[in-house]
Amino acid sequence: MTDASPVALTRTASGAELIGGAGGAAPVAVTPRIALEGVSVRYHGALALDSINLAVAPGEVVVLLGPSGSGKSTILRAIAGFLTPSQGRISLAGRDVTDLPPHARGVGMVVQNYALFPHLRVAENVGFGLRARRRPVADITERVAACLDMVGMGRFADRLPRELSGGQQQRVAIARALAIDPPVLLLDEPLSALDAPLRAGLLEEIRALHARLPDLVIVYVTHDQNEAIALGDRILLMRDGRIAAEGTPRALHDTPPHRYAAEFFGQANLLPVQLDACDAELAIVTLEGQRLTVRAPAWHASDDRALGARPLLCLRPHAITLNATGLNRIEARILATHWMGAVNRIEAAIGPHRLRIDVPGSTTPPAPGSVVTIGFEPDQACLVADL
Amino acid sequence: MSMLVYRPCTRQVARLAALGLFGLIFGLPLAILLLAAVTGQWNGVLPTILTLRHVRALLGGDQGASLWHSIATGLAASLIAVLLGGGGALAARDLPAGFRRGLDALYFLPIALPSASIGLALLITFSQPPILLNGTVALVVMAHVVLITAYAYANTRAGIETLPAELEDVAGSLGASQWLALRSITLPLLAPYLLAAFALGFALSMGELGATIMLYPPQWVTAPVQVFALTDRGDIYAGAALGVALLACTFLVLLLLNRQKPRILRP
Repeated sequence: MTDASPVALTRTASGAELIGGAGGAAPVAVTPRIALEGVSVRYHGALALDSINLAVAPGEVVVLLGPSGSGKSTILRAIAGFLTPSQGRISLAGRDVTDLPPHARGVGMVVQNYALFPHLRVAENVGFGLRARRRPVADITERVAACLDMVGMGRFADRLPRELSGGQQQRVAIARALAIDPPVLLLDEPLSALDAPLRAGLLEEIRALHARLPDLVIVYVTHDQNEAIALGDRILLMRDGRIAAEGTPRALHDTPPHRYAAEFFGQANLLPVQLDACDAELAIVTLEGQRLTVRAPAWHASDDRALGARPLLCLRPHAITLNATGLNRIEARILATHWMGAVNRIEAAIGPHRLRIDVPGSTTPPAPGSVVTIGFEPDQACLVADL
Repeated sequence: MSMLVYRPCTRQVARLAALGLFGLIFGLPLAILLLAAVTGQWNGVLPTILTLRHVRALLGGDQGASLWHSIATGLAASLIAVLLGGGGALAARDLPAGFRRGLDALYFLPIALPSASIGLALLITFSQPPILLNGTVALVVMAHVVLITAYAYANTRAGIETLPAELEDVAGSLGASQWLALRSITLPLLAPYLLAAFALGFALSMGELGATIMLYPPQWVTAPVQVFALTDRGDIYAGAALGVALLACTFLVLLLLNRQKPRILRP
């Protein structure tokens, strides 16, 4: 997808909305394709979504990432109209749709188990939305053929869903959602029922599809960080019905704001450190008596919750080098090594703190019990709040 | 003990025992009924005189009419029961659990009561103003509906349980109104269950006696009532012939309904 920066939504006095990149690009007045303002949803009295604010620009791919029960599918269902918010407002292309039924919203949706209509053939499934809209038969035939070709399913038009594999069914489900030419496509864990190779292939196809339909907004729900990284222009990390963190995949990976984001998004070693000094760019911390220089935390001055929390040094396993000679060096004891093909995974300890180190699988790892000097570049580590 | 089950000879004995039990409980009475239907006189182990007199009597007169009354009542009551039971089951989907349990109880209550009590309740209720239905065919149909709707409700509920919950949601997102989603997605997928509910209701209605005997008007004697009347006055073989005809009609209608199933499921 494009390397878009996070989109910020600001309401101007005139009611227009400014969408601007967090990376410094000047805000542009664009009506978001999707806007959620203070949306809360209650399920049987329990708060499933808590005051969600979200703006999605035309052509953007937003991934909602989080564990089960974090509220990511609830956002999708609220946008689709299957749930009515207990408070807040949902707009699609500037039109308030909060109280509109699903069929009046015009969004395409693909769900985890495909939900193809089992008694209708592939072509009839894909044409269903067009028939519901009472389009002329000739238009339906043409559009169905085009959509099936788009997902490589043209020759399966006469099959029943039960005669297709899981991956083929998912392609048909995507074609069916696209047939109505929706400005917004909602994908609710669309690949989770598929095996790994098929998932990778379909992920590529979704990327290619978006390249062909650059104005299409995709909101993609997953609990798989690899899918999120591969697809998302922006990732919203969900937790307990709230957006716990958001940013580009790279920003969330390199500088997660807190422990939850660091642990959920990519494997991270999180080591408790003492913050000694900090300026706009770098911070000095102490870990087991060793002073280390790391990237300054962006949240340190702005997040009230983080100010009082003890920071954690976030080190990705692949960012650590053995026999280091650079600025940041510290001794670690090797506990165990595991060859995993592409990498050697090394279990090590710095004092009482355990950490994982990934080195290329072609190298010979140090023997368990030995003590080695490990290191990392300052810009490869960051501080996260223990939240 | 469990090893015994896996021995071929033990399994063979078990099969024979099951077959014998089944033959004794179901097969023998049915065979005797079939035989009695063509019996003129029966003094020994087997009929003494065989005759087709009772079978010919089915083609006209009171017995032929009673068969037609039963079929008409069964079809009407089953149709109404599927509409009421199926509709209730569809409506129950969106109800809170407590209301749904209440609705279950409401539907299933009549099958816990003796059918004669249902007949009596309807007779008392509709024998005085404002609604006077005493002595009408409508009251007979109504009794049958009360007695069989629970099965239509249960069948439809079972069907709904098998449907993926997202189908109607996805249909809605594609632009289908609730009515269109129901008509073009849910109902076609529930068709086998609705058909089964109709068939079960029809079979039950064809054999219903307890409530009908309290309510039937003289011009609408159903086959079970006629069987009862014939055997009550000692015409056992004529009653047996009518019973066999009742069975055959039920079987035929169920067969016809079963043949409709693939047609309904065809897109």
